[in-house]
Amino acid sequence: MTTLLIAEHSNSKLSEQTAKALTAALALGAPVDILVAGHEAGAAAQAASQLAGIRKVLLADDVSLAHQLAEPLVATVLALADGYDAIVAPATAVGKTVAPRVAALLDVSQVSEVIEVLAPDTFKRPIYAGNAIQTVKTGQARNVLTIRTASFRPATAGGSAPVETVAAAADPGISRHVGSQVSESARPELTAARVVVSGGRALGSAEKFSEVILPLADRLGAAVGASRAAVDAGYAPNDWQVGQTGKIVAPDLYVAIGISGAIQHIAGMKDARCIVAINKDGDAPIFQVADYGLVGDLFEILPELTAALPAASEKAAG
Amino acid sequence: MKIIVAVKRVVDFNVKVRVKSDGTGVETANVKMSMNPFDEIAVEEALRLREAGVATEVIAVSIGPAQAQETIRTAIAMGADRGILVRTDTAVEPLAVAKVLSALVAEEQPGLVILGKQAIDDDAGQVGQMLSALVGWPVATFASKLVVADGKAEVTREVDGGLQTVEVKLPAVVTTDLRLNQPRYATLPNIMKAKSKRLDDRPLADLGVDAAARLTVLKTEEPPRRKGGIKVGSVAELVEKLRDEAGVL
Repeated sequence: MTTLLIAEHSNSKLSEQTAKALTAALALGAPVDILVAGHEAGAAAQAASQLAGIRKVLLADDVSLAHQLAEPLVATVLALADGYDAIVAPATAVGKTVAPRVAALLDVSQVSEVIEVLAPDTFKRPIYAGNAIQTVKTGQARNVLTIRTASFRPATAGGSAPVETVAAAADPGISRHVGSQVSESARPELTAARVVVSGGRALGSAEKFSEVILPLADRLGAAVGASRAAVDAGYAPNDWQVGQTGKIVAPDLYVAIGISGAIQHIAGMKDARCIVAINKDGDAPIFQVADYGLVGDLFEILPELTAALPAASEKAAG
Repeated sequence: MKIIVAVKRVVDFNVKVRVKSDGTGVETANVKMSMNPFDEIAVEEALRLREAGVATEVIAVSIGPAQAQETIRTAIAMGADRGILVRTDTAVEPLAVAKVLSALVAEEQPGLVILGKQAIDDDAGQVGQMLSALVGWPVATFASKLVVADGKAEVTREVDGGLQTVEVKLPAVVTTDLRLNQPRYATLPNIMKAKSKRLDDRPLADLGVDAAARLTVLKTEEPPRRKGGIKVGSVAELVEKLRDEAGVL
């Protein structure tokens, strides 16, 4: 029994999602190898080699893997698949695209968005936007899993596994990267942040969203999220969307501002340790999941709240 | 060029699902059913490609019980040319759905298959990618923009850090994200007309596909409930609670 974990990374950096998915992979009870497939991805491979508990890192470094497009990446994973009984990926945009292709070519039924490993062949996963939890047992010799990283703590560092170079498979040549618009931000990554401040439709405009949400987020050293309504209305970019079909987050503190609390949004944040809701409508469903609710005009409350909080930088210094 | 769109009959997105007390699944009897919202977006995108002269025919396909005919009729009422129901009364896993679709792809030879990125019932998000693998085509998931020209599709994808644009050779599989388009409503005259359009009803067994379940659902349960919290009266009280009671500041 051996497990292959497909790393989430940006070539120069290993994503924390990899460390979280590793915790799930290790729970399968078999030795784990991590595949870092990218271009000039030595730094990500080095970072992966320091995760505790793994057997080795496989580095497939080729220009065709620079953007981790599904077609070349799947070809590389398949070339390695024979040696593994489980292939695991974090449920990120890359993982969600790659894993089912691998599963189909191995003739395996995939288990998506695993939130708990009960046994090497038995898993819990959410369905219906997290309104029900299934326990699934696979009767297969080999398993392909994606991991909902918000449900797992990151594996610790402190290891020193060897990094082994493996060949990238030939690029099938049916897809090409044209360009990327990556949001540059000094804020923490949404899925890894300790605090998330999210805004909803009640903000009313992109300008107001920036004006009141961002200062509070900066004050708290928080990542910024948004409801689907706010993203659809153009107040916030798509990669900020929290919910069933957006990002799933589980921070220590989640502040929902002007968000009514559709079940699809709650699906994305209900595992936060502490939820604060600020909304004009005291009957909004968001208050049913909030630990602390404050009813009132967010445009009055937010500046007051921002001013009342210690700055994140001061706190770090103190 | 033909386009196949896959449509799934699911519990309507506005329904709060209830887990059956015996743990065997969620209650779907007497519950409003609708087309999976992402599949509506897939249908709309296919129709726009036909209206732009890129596609010649849009075929709506569903795999499920006889009632899934209604879902296909909805797609036809929106504007799809015809439908195929692959009928089965047992639940089929995404891998089996992908195999059924690959059999239909072999028959129909479409240039493009468009599917929702996930169904809002099982939230698996697998079928499009699996289909693409089985037929050896490229896949562009989470599409927020699709341009088809010169035997290629340029697809803008919603990825974790923002947007990514890829070019895939046709034939290809595309899965839709929320912001690809705003699906049209079926008008009453079109709903009436849809009843007379061709809809092939074929038993799953006739396709010669291995649709046996590989997974066993041992139980389905309610998620742990969050305890209802309290309402605070002021910003000062909120900050105090967060600092002293919750310990998150």
